[in-house]
Amino acid sequence: MNAELNTIELSESKKTITPSVEVESNISGSVAVLEALIAENVQTIFGYPGGAIMPIYDALYDYTNKLEHILVRHEQGSIHAAQGFARTSGKVGVVFATSGPGATNLVTGLADAMIDSTPLVCITGQVFAHLLGTDAFQETDIINITTPVTKWNYQITDATEIPHVLAKAFYIAKTGRPGPVLIDITKNAQLQKFNYNGYKKCNHIRSYRPKPIVRKEYIEQAAQLINQAKKPFVIFGQGVILGKAEKEFTQFIEKGGIPSAWTIMGMSAIPTTHPLGVGMLGMHGNYAPNVLTNECDVLIAIGMRFDDRVTGRLDKYAKQAQIIHFDIDPAEIDKNVKTTIPVWGDCKETLPLLTQLIEKKNHNAWLQQFRELEKKEIEKVIHDELNPKDETMTMGEVIKTINELTNGNAIIVTDVGQHQMVACRYAKMNHSKSNITSGGLGTMGFGLPAAIGAKYGDTKKTVIAIIGDGGIQMTIQELGTIMQFNIDVKILILNNQFLGMVRQWQQLFHEKRYSFVNITSPDYVQVAKGYGIIGSSISKREDLKTALQNMLQHNGSYLLEVMVGKENNVFPMVPQGKGVAEIVLTKEEI
Amino acid sequence: MKQEYTITIYTENQIGLLNRIAIIFSRRKISIESFNTSPTESDSVYRFTIVINETEDVVKKLCKQIEKQVEVLKAYYNTNDEIVWQEMGLFKVPADIIAAKVPVERLLREYGAKAVVIRNDYIVFETTGHREEIEKLINALEPYGLIEFVRSARVAIIKNSKGFHDKLKEFEKSEPAEELIENEFLNQQEEVFSM
Repeated sequence: MNAELNTIELSESKKTITPSVEVESNISGSVAVLEALIAENVQTIFGYPGGAIMPIYDALYDYTNKLEHILVRHEQGSIHAAQGFARTSGKVGVVFATSGPGATNLVTGLADAMIDSTPLVCITGQVFAHLLGTDAFQETDIINITTPVTKWNYQITDATEIPHVLAKAFYIAKTGRPGPVLIDITKNAQLQKFNYNGYKKCNHIRSYRPKPIVRKEYIEQAAQLINQAKKPFVIFGQGVILGKAEKEFTQFIEKGGIPSAWTIMGMSAIPTTHPLGVGMLGMHGNYAPNVLTNECDVLIAIGMRFDDRVTGRLDKYAKQAQIIHFDIDPAEIDKNVKTTIPVWGDCKETLPLLTQLIEKKNHNAWLQQFRELEKKEIEKVIHDELNPKDETMTMGEVIKTINELTNGNAIIVTDVGQHQMVACRYAKMNHSKSNITSGGLGTMGFGLPAAIGAKYGDTKKTVIAIIGDGGIQMTIQELGTIMQFNIDVKILILNNQFLGMVRQWQQLFHEKRYSFVNITSPDYVQVAKGYGIIGSSISKREDLKTALQNMLQHNGSYLLEVMVGKENNVFPMVPQGKGVAEIVLTKEEI
Repeated sequence: MKQEYTITIYTENQIGLLNRIAIIFSRRKISIESFNTSPTESDSVYRFTIVINETEDVVKKLCKQIEKQVEVLKAYYNTNDEIVWQEMGLFKVPADIIAAKVPVERLLREYGAKAVVIRNDYIVFETTGHREEIEKLINALEPYGLIEFVRSARVAIIKNSKGFHDKLKEFEKSEPAEELIENEFLNQQEEVFSM
């Protein structure tokens, strides 16, 4: 080890070191990494050690009073947990992983965080700098692998770079449109001692403009359009939550009296019971906002990106409307839907300017149109989903019962599939950042680890992970993390014994050719028991309320499996290739 | 309608940025006709010149995605009439045939070419111009046993770029660039202990 340090220091001595400003001490790159995290106010790290990141873990051994490290069971779990943490806390999630397989296991989570704009800083160990490109043990070119799925990434081969590169990493991850950053640190840089000048937070990078300049003339034009509108309609996404602009947003819609619908990622920015809230957009969203998208005269999109699951067929999307698009990311303007008026900027700044300029109004007749269509949806879909007549339970009634018991105050983390759509359609949410789900990437296996992180991000609230029988089996090993760290997560498995969403499509669009959607499950209660987690499984309606009550009242983690109808479908649905107004309420209409 | 667009990107000098920019095209399965990197009039700013065949709508969106990259300062796209552009071709041909059958001087004059190297066994010509002009010379030399041909990427100057030049100068004055740090250890494989 000494020989190694000597050579590294030798090469170091060739470099000129700028004189110390504040702290002058000789520390290792690994210590500098941890000092950076502390300076960035990081308290929790989700990670997994390995050969190439051992020096950082060695340094961490002396920092356990300042930094909490959650040892996951798979690196994918660490990054989803960090995502859950970032989403409930509004802070940057931090991940440690080793080189090679440790780093490649982060890729799914990076892609998920990239598409859902989640701020993360992932630190991966890398083989010694002199071994780069030699196919060394556990060497993988993680910088190039992760380039398309990171907002920024960088490889450090020299410890002197660590403080300012990490400062940049945090700054880039959380500013502008947030996103994941990966910093790869070679082992020699972790070991290398260098003259530490203290940590300076980054607040500017010369080539990086996190916020576009707000152009007042566009806000004025937007206000004018809104003031003239007879049928204005607001559709909003996660931008409102990421911009911490829930209050500004509410003031805007309330002054304008404008019906507002959320995307799956925007859900919970306003309480789901808000009088101007008209439900969720999208393929399995609510009937009224989808249909009336094609009837409004001014469509005001705020912090959303017109995903294809929201727009359906673009040539049949809001063609009659004038479109105002608020976004912090200029690349989103006109990307999918042509905008009449683009309003670049942070909605926390732009919305108050707009609110000032709009007239106080109500659009009761127009709002009533939403309520009328809602009645139709209740009658044809919602009523039976929440109050089923036959014996088998529906996912909807489970969510309804949760609403009764939590009164909308829990954080709902979902996985991906039918249960996700049902949860997002029916869950009541009173507080922002209550809906944690994989929206853009649709990552099965997200739910359980994300719930772990969600709990660390907001320790005061109840966290319920609602997961299907497919998704739970993708990351079920994280029960071990829950066991080891006593994490109070309520795990609710909605088991329909199928990969339900794929089965639904096979039923509707592939002549019921059920190709590999029939999935078996282990005895989840026994599995949970093996991990020291109490669990139960129910299949009768009369047990539902008590079982959920037991789960919620239990002090600590709990697993509840609810057997639901095998071939229930999620409706309404905008079939692929159809316009939003072609949304159907029943399978007979397809 | 698809047509030739030249994209000019001003960037920081950063390892990996080339890949970040290249994958914006490959992700959408767009073929790059020509790709050049170059310094600019400003010491720390680099310039990419990329030629693709696409519709304006697509090119515009590509430029926005490129500008989104942290180390990119600005991306412009231009049609061919908005730029002054050149490509260079090098041609290696057998000396004996050229000397015997083709009057070298006529070739040089006709195609605006220059003989870069004249040896007993071969001659290397160079020509600079638009792609069609270079291609003409290929056609002329083909019958005489063209040994090797290579064409450079396009370099282009935007006709109407004065405003940006001033901004660039001002930008560089206001803040120095970060130093580029390369891997200093690659040749130390035998000196350093590893586990």
